[in-house]
Amino acid sequence: MIHSLFLINSSGDIFLEKHWKSVVSRSVCDYFFEAQERATEAENVPPVIPTPHHYLLSVYRHKIFFVAVIQTEVPPLFVIEFLHRVVDTFQDYFGVCSEPVIKDNVVVVYEVLEEMLDNGFPLATESNILKELIKPPTILRTVVNTITGSTNVGDQLPTGQLSVVPWRRTGVKYTNNEAYFDVVEEIDAIIDKSGSTVTAEIQGVIDACVKLTGMPDLTLSFMNPRLLDDVSFHPCVRFKRWESERILSFIPPDGNFRLLSYHVSAQNLVAIPVYVKHSISFRDSSSLGRFEITVGPKQSMGKTIEGVTVTSQMPKGVLNMSLTPSQGTHTFDPVTKMLSWDVGKINPQKLPSLKGTMSLQVGASKPDENPTINLQFKIQQLAISGLKVNRLDMYGEKYKPFKGIKYMTKAGKFQVRT
Amino acid sequence: MTDSKYFTTTKKGEIFELKAELNSDKKEKKKEAVKKVIASMTVGKDVSALFPDVVNCMQTDNLELKKLVYLYLMNYAKSQPDMAIMAVNTFVKDCEDPNPLIRALAVRTMGCIRVDKITEYLCEPLRKCLKDEDPYVRKTAAVCVAKLHDINAQLVEDQGFLDTLKDLISDSNPMVVANAVAALSEIAESHPSSNLLDLNPQSINKLLTALNECTEWGQIFILDCLANYMPKDDREAQSICERVTPRLSHANSAVVLSAVKVLMKFMEMLSKDLDYYGTLLKKLAPPLVTLLSAEPELQYVALRNINLIVQKRYRDQHPAQEFPLPCGPYGFFSVLWASRPTTRPEILKHEMKVFFVKYNDPIYVKLEKLDIMIRLASQANIAQASRECNLMTFSWTILYLSNPFLFGPQVLAELKEYATEVDVDFVRKAVRAIGRCAIKVEQSAERCVSTLLDLIQTKVNYVVQEAIVVIKDIFRKYPNKYESVIATLCENLDSLDEPEARAAMIWIVGEYAERIDNADELLESFLEGFHDESTQVQLQLLTAIVKLFLKKPTETQELVQQVLSLATQASPTPPHKDSDNPDLRDRGYIYWRLLSTDPVAAKEVVLAEKPLISEETDLIEPTLLDELICYIGTLASVYHKPPNAFVEGGRGVVHKSLPPRTASSESTESPETAPAGAASGDQPDVIPAQGDLLGDLLNLDLGPPVSGPPLAASSVQMGAVDLLGGGLDSLIGDTNFGAPPAAVTTAAAPARLGAPISSGLSDLFDLTSGVGTLSGSYVAPKAVWLPAMKAKGLEISGTFTRQVGSISMDLQLTNKALQVMTDFAIQFNRNSFGLAPAAPLQVHAPLSPNQTVELSLPLNTVGSVMKMEPLNNLQVAVKNNIDVFYFSTLYPLHVLFVEDGKMDRQMFLATWKDIPNENEAQFQIRDCPLNTEAASNKLQSSNIFTVAKRNVEGQDMLYQSLKLTNGIWVLAELRIQPGNPNFTLSLKCRAPEVSQHVSQAYETILKN
Repeated sequence: MIHSLFLINSSGDIFLEKHWKSVVSRSVCDYFFEAQERATEAENVPPVIPTPHHYLLSVYRHKIFFVAVIQTEVPPLFVIEFLHRVVDTFQDYFGVCSEPVIKDNVVVVYEVLEEMLDNGFPLATESNILKELIKPPTILRTVVNTITGSTNVGDQLPTGQLSVVPWRRTGVKYTNNEAYFDVVEEIDAIIDKSGSTVTAEIQGVIDACVKLTGMPDLTLSFMNPRLLDDVSFHPCVRFKRWESERILSFIPPDGNFRLLSYHVSAQNLVAIPVYVKHSISFRDSSSLGRFEITVGPKQSMGKTIEGVTVTSQMPKGVLNMSLTPSQGTHTFDPVTKMLSWDVGKINPQKLPSLKGTMSLQVGASKPDENPTINLQFKIQQLAISGLKVNRLDMYGEKYKPFKGIKYMTKAGKFQVRT
Repeated sequence: MTDSKYFTTTKKGEIFELKAELNSDKKEKKKEAVKKVIASMTVGKDVSALFPDVVNCMQTDNLELKKLVYLYLMNYAKSQPDMAIMAVNTFVKDCEDPNPLIRALAVRTMGCIRVDKITEYLCEPLRKCLKDEDPYVRKTAAVCVAKLHDINAQLVEDQGFLDTLKDLISDSNPMVVANAVAALSEIAESHPSSNLLDLNPQSINKLLTALNECTEWGQIFILDCLANYMPKDDREAQSICERVTPRLSHANSAVVLSAVKVLMKFMEMLSKDLDYYGTLLKKLAPPLVTLLSAEPELQYVALRNINLIVQKRYRDQHPAQEFPLPCGPYGFFSVLWASRPTTRPEILKHEMKVFFVKYNDPIYVKLEKLDIMIRLASQANIAQASRECNLMTFSWTILYLSNPFLFGPQVLAELKEYATEVDVDFVRKAVRAIGRCAIKVEQSAERCVSTLLDLIQTKVNYVVQEAIVVIKDIFRKYPNKYESVIATLCENLDSLDEPEARAAMIWIVGEYAERIDNADELLESFLEGFHDESTQVQLQLLTAIVKLFLKKPTETQELVQQVLSLATQASPTPPHKDSDNPDLRDRGYIYWRLLSTDPVAAKEVVLAEKPLISEETDLIEPTLLDELICYIGTLASVYHKPPNAFVEGGRGVVHKSLPPRTASSESTESPETAPAGAASGDQPDVIPAQGDLLGDLLNLDLGPPVSGPPLAASSVQMGAVDLLGGGLDSLIGDTNFGAPPAAVTTAAAPARLGAPISSGLSDLFDLTSGVGTLSGSYVAPKAVWLPAMKAKGLEISGTFTRQVGSISMDLQLTNKALQVMTDFAIQFNRNSFGLAPAAPLQVHAPLSPNQTVELSLPLNTVGSVMKMEPLNNLQVAVKNNIDVFYFSTLYPLHVLFVEDGKMDRQMFLATWKDIPNENEAQFQIRDCPLNTEAASNKLQSSNIFTVAKRNVEGQDMLYQSLKLTNGIWVLAELRIQPGNPNFTLSLKCRAPEVSQHVSQAYETILKN
């Protein structure tokens, strides 16, 4: 199972190590450093690196490499999923996951890691349970602890860990009983030069925030459940019920959790809510190039598109750009050649555009690759797949909860080729 | 106030200061000090000197302080074993604590202190904790057994902990079950021979129940454990599959992939005509596709696994081409292609799209996606050889073939897009991919070539070089088709600096020397730096110039002499690499001799027809592939190597193999014999080297015919002593150099290409065909299978024959339409005995109106198996340039009777008794004029063997045996009364379904 964990920052310093079995010398990371050197960018370091005696599996998050060391045949997804869980836990505990924060809370980090694995076997990875075992640091608690001499470590056996519903605490009480559900869909798409869709798919999630007293039993039904192509559930969802009736029936965990994630594949035509009109021209042996892009709505179901940002990695030959946006602000970094334009809202009457000239390196031939445009946007009150929640019912408790459902569509990896 | 304060040091020396604080009276100060110690430890500072002081803090009722001290202990106990003993008492005491959290903590920590002396004290507390009333303690103790085993395996066995652990598999708490499974799996890994995880249906049931209730990690352990189980029959396999399927919807990708592994393995046992099989297949694809939208690291692992599955599918469709596969094919990825039967075939295109590359994908994901795209693209044109799972996908593949545009423009445009990206490795691979597409999908070749030309125009150095390498392959595949581009290629001659690209360019110039006006100048320019070139380029240059000479002998005499002397003489300055390369020298001598003695022979050798170029590259060897399928989701699947190739410590790893399918016709066979049969079936499978070898040869040597150089090399070794003397002349005369290439052209099947090395082979061919005509089983006259009305003018009639162990389908194709027919291809649907074409349908010339062609299509029985109704029904699709036609025909069962079907007497007797009486079937064969002797002889020639003969009450009793290609034995008793033309036939077989068809075969054979 998982032998050790090393946290390495992007400059190649090991700033934390944890061993769950015998101690593995940190020199094992030299193999990782080699791979890191070979990869041009941090993202490109391969996730599985073999060494003569160990395997190094790594994920790169928040500018930190989480490198797990394993010695025997272990499913790599198991390790990678676990590392993701470590990242999530840190974020949950400390708000952000960064080198300084981890260093500031090194003892808590160490205690948490110790609770998460035993001999390399996962022990407690649910945030709810961990927090009962080791309380997250807050300024108030630190002060209280210093005065009273009490500790961060809970001395009660976490209640959920062994019950039939391990995800829910017993004895939950609220004065305001509320259940909110957010249906969030991300569109991943590649649009080609001519504006037609190369591929498009939708990744959706339903995130819930449930604060309900006691042991409520909820059912959630959709108007059009057949839309969902492949679904992954939180363990609380009763799978049989979904299989037979396409209804989500569950006893929710307390607080925030992801109820469901789903995938609407390319079979169903995916509506593309925006278009980008572009004209980017480089000329051979000329020091000037022209640049113009316009963003406009398309199949947005009458909803406003907001939070639009456009980023593009310009070719190396571009020295600088002098552009004027019709709205929003833009920046161009001559070092990284990254153009970014914060557009804001799209007004269909007056489409936002960004145009101007590029100064090119003299004498260099015309770049052979055209920049790809990355788009970010948000549409409130719309699930682009058309998914709609029909009703939400609660059984098992007597009070009347407050219920709310919100829809949102966002751009995921949305790329326009030029 | 944060923990970073623990890192601040003072001048006096950190250790000294900490020591003082640890021994402080104040609880708070102590705790702070321990925290500082831990903080130093986490960043790798050595604070082991503080061991006694920290251990002194252990006796406390403060849980946090206790935990901190434990953390410290685990880290340093190993380096201070004597001091660690001091802590033992506290541990033992804590194991009795009323609070289960403390009991669990104590037993957990003790296991982590890897000191031999401590382990002795650990046994008693551990034994108690394994039987603790609190499940939390039990589950912690289960893991502790694994820890202890790692330190002292003998102790664990002596103390009987393994049995206790096995008992925990039946624990009432799912978490305890999961941990017990995890611990046992880890222990079992170091004891491959032990039967620790010897599962039976009861324990499987326990596991499946626990699977629903335990944590995600527990589910992974349980699923991985289930994957090692061998269900006793298909019903059990199906019930496990049903209970595992919900795991495909789990949010944790590792659970999903482990579930995929279990399902893929157990599906092998299900009969493919079950509705359930199809449903299950459909459920497998979407979760895998969804993994591709997860984080890049997860994507990478998923892609590596999909790559395996795609190859497995490819292999299953091409057993005839290269290797026979013992176990039933998956046809799994066909679901990715065709998961929704109601929609249009464009779905294929859409599914390909999930592998399209996003420009900000990490490079390792990009390369892997591209690799899969190439593999999938290759599947487009395999319709000829492929035998799909059901008629649905079957007809789609053909549709796909007949409409290359489904595959074409979009994928190609995508690849072209990639070829303009920044990353060099990726761009190179994209260019290669375009070349592979051209080779695999003939209809797309033209567009691929023009795309490559566009890319060459970009003048990006590495793109140009890569493009030239692939264009060479395209020329090889489609000779005399795209030579118009040579001029463009020649323009880029100067920019080539990589050996592979230079060699490719030289090959092109040599091959098409007659069309390139200045070929001699071009080649001469390379000759200047001959000794600086790599061997690959040197060899190529040598061959190219000889080719040039043979084509334009007058102008190039000087040039050829120059190259021959360069090749055969050692380089003047010794440090030049490879100048004394024996391969180069020998090839030079051979050419020299050939040219000087017999230019005609030289022409035949050097300008011989080239063998076919292989379509698929980098395939995993099939036995390994099957093994890897059992390791889906593991490191082995990421590295495409079996675990024993890299798992540490030389621990023997049990080889896994796929379970055999219990074909419905064999379902009466006992389950014990089935796996054994599969295991033995696996072995002959290791031979497949031929295909790979051929690939290697092709790579090594792209110029002259494959058979040339190896032959030349071996001849030279024989005559090496008098290399320059007359020996070689006689050698050439004796062995007849011209013959081997001729053999190449006559042997139609590409698989035989390796054969001509033996020169006596042609005789061998004659011999076999001679024997073949002597003993052959009965052949029915040809019947019309597909009337011309139904097939737009194509009439097909045919019959089945069996000659010396090989089955073939003799076909007669008649064109009754008014237009010429071309591009014939044939494909079989799955059938009861796995009949499949062993070679593509070869109609050499176009079939003009009113013309008839007769041909014989060799068949094998390694195709996919599906029980048909009736059993001997065969569905066939034939394609030509006009359309695709389907027909079905019944094959006589006796073509499946194998030559070694004679059973030993004793064996016969035992088997006869062993088969239950209800499996016996009786038939009457009426009006058969033969006597006993004649009948026996006649049957023998069709591989029905008489084992014994008896005369009972004036009746002749013939006891006969026969064996079908799939290993089913049929025993027969034929009763003949002299003078009575009606025979009585009793058949006994473990698969009674076949009896009726066997009796029909008897009747046909006896009456004709």
